[in-house]
Amino acid sequence: MSAPSTGGASRDGYGSALLRLSADPRVVVLEADLGKSTKSCLFRAEHPERTVSLGIAEQNMMLVAAGMASSGKVPFASTFAIFTERAFEQVRNGISRPGLAVHICGSHGGIHTGTDGSSAQSIEDLAIYRTIPGLTVITPCDDLSAEELTVQLLDHGNASYTRTARNKTPRMYDSETVKSLEIGKGSLLREGGDIAIVACGVMVSEAMEAAELLEGEGISARVIDMHTIKPLDSGILDDARVNCRGIVTAEDHSVIGGLGSAVAEYLATKGGFPLRMVGVNDRFGESGASSELMRHMGLTRNEIIAQAREIINSV
Amino acid sequence: MGGDAGRRNLSIPELQELSKDCRKHIVKMIHNAGAGHPGGSLSAIDIIAALYGTRLRFKTSDPDWEDRDRFVMSKGHASPAVYSILHEMGFLNENDLSTFRALGSVCQGHVDMKWTDGVDFSAGSLGMGLSFGLGCALAARMDSSSRETWVMVGDGEIQEGQIWEALMAADFHSVSGLKLIVDRNRIQNDDFVNVQMEVGDVASKIEAFGWSVREINGHDMEEIVEALEWASNENSGPSAIVAHTVKGKGVSFMEDNPSFHGKAPNDQELERALEELS
Repeated sequence: MSAPSTGGASRDGYGSALLRLSADPRVVVLEADLGKSTKSCLFRAEHPERTVSLGIAEQNMMLVAAGMASSGKVPFASTFAIFTERAFEQVRNGISRPGLAVHICGSHGGIHTGTDGSSAQSIEDLAIYRTIPGLTVITPCDDLSAEELTVQLLDHGNASYTRTARNKTPRMYDSETVKSLEIGKGSLLREGGDIAIVACGVMVSEAMEAAELLEGEGISARVIDMHTIKPLDSGILDDARVNCRGIVTAEDHSVIGGLGSAVAEYLATKGGFPLRMVGVNDRFGESGASSELMRHMGLTRNEIIAQAREIINSV
Repeated sequence: MGGDAGRRNLSIPELQELSKDCRKHIVKMIHNAGAGHPGGSLSAIDIIAALYGTRLRFKTSDPDWEDRDRFVMSKGHASPAVYSILHEMGFLNENDLSTFRALGSVCQGHVDMKWTDGVDFSAGSLGMGLSFGLGCALAARMDSSSRETWVMVGDGEIQEGQIWEALMAADFHSVSGLKLIVDRNRIQNDDFVNVQMEVGDVASKIEAFGWSVREINGHDMEEIVEALEWASNENSGPSAIVAHTVKGKGVSFMEDNPSFHGKAPNDQELERALEELS
């Protein structure tokens, strides 16, 4: 894999994807006053007749999207990740229960959002959406993968939730490698035989940096971009179980209910396996510059390295 | 009755007969299941009978026909009213009705589009149907289709804030294909609406949100038919009918009685109810 380059934020990839999808007349975009932030504004600029502005009213937006899906449209409804949570029951009862393929995008997910403070930092979205039957849950790591995975939603058939990030992250893919991505299949970004770092979203680049530094200590770490939290790719975890000594998960999300929990649930059914989780430890965030705050909350390559060492030292 | 896509154009006496038959199905289904919501089913059924009997265009042979008019029953607990009319329209058979609320039944406790042919919305959680109907109506407009979307909500239901989000949005987008009916039966789960949290002058409130509104007696078939026709032809924006109804209408001991919001009649009560409805 080529060296990471600086790209856009994953929300930029979402916006680009909507533009690519606009060729299909079924595609409609729903906004709740945050189109400039989620990047659905790119679609609006080109296709105002297929963009529905619903104001600051997320519950209504989710059911309008459901009604449109029931009438043959493929709706993409977006707002901040945290505000999608306000409409959780609408997503559960109004979208997923009748099996309507509405695609929800929650931008500005996680602590990474930064200075807006804890009210805007969704750290439980992956957990709650993972509990809804039939809902696909995605959190891409960079702009190119966000674009690719969003484009794949067009004929996905199920409802989905995609979390994007506000700030730029290093690119993990290029225009060629990104084509290998598939919803529901983890992506092996780096080979390694001692530790498997299973990461998602903005923590994937941290995982790659951690693996590089671990290499210097003689610890060989593979890195998996688990962009789809549900359905979880158990095959790629089985391979890690057979070929590594332990797994470290890394997510910009509570350690309760998110990627770490999903991996733990799976490993437990296989008789258990050494696992450490890097994530938000059952607390709210606060204001601060993104990188500073990520360090403050323990969402760093150093934390991943420390957890990897612990596994190596204990097994 | 009705395999074609045109309007049914039933006469007033035919509609009155239809709603009477539906009332019998309603009390029988709920008695048989030992659970269900008779009060709000009986308050709504005259309007629903008129809607199916005079306005809605649908094909029994093709429930998913994309240009059908939509009926979004947002007060989904009044499912027996919907199942009774779907039976009369040929979507459900008598045996389906007898399985109401049983495991695997096409007649789920609350109306559910995933389970029942002819049902356009999965209800059960109040306050969501008007938004869903708005989505249907927006899609119809994008498709340049003349199909209409009719939504029925209860008066207790409009305590949900999402209703007012949808009212505001429908006016802003000037969605004339969206038609709302409020079943103003004055009773909700625990007690009378004016005890739980009075919703007041519903017509004025909806009008203040930019809708065209009419108030009717929701049990006077002539008034109902006329109001439905008015709403159907109203194309300056969304329109609403506030129907003043009696909870439990048609069964004396259920009328205006909060205890029959969500309680099944026992054997004797069923017998009495059917006598009154015969």
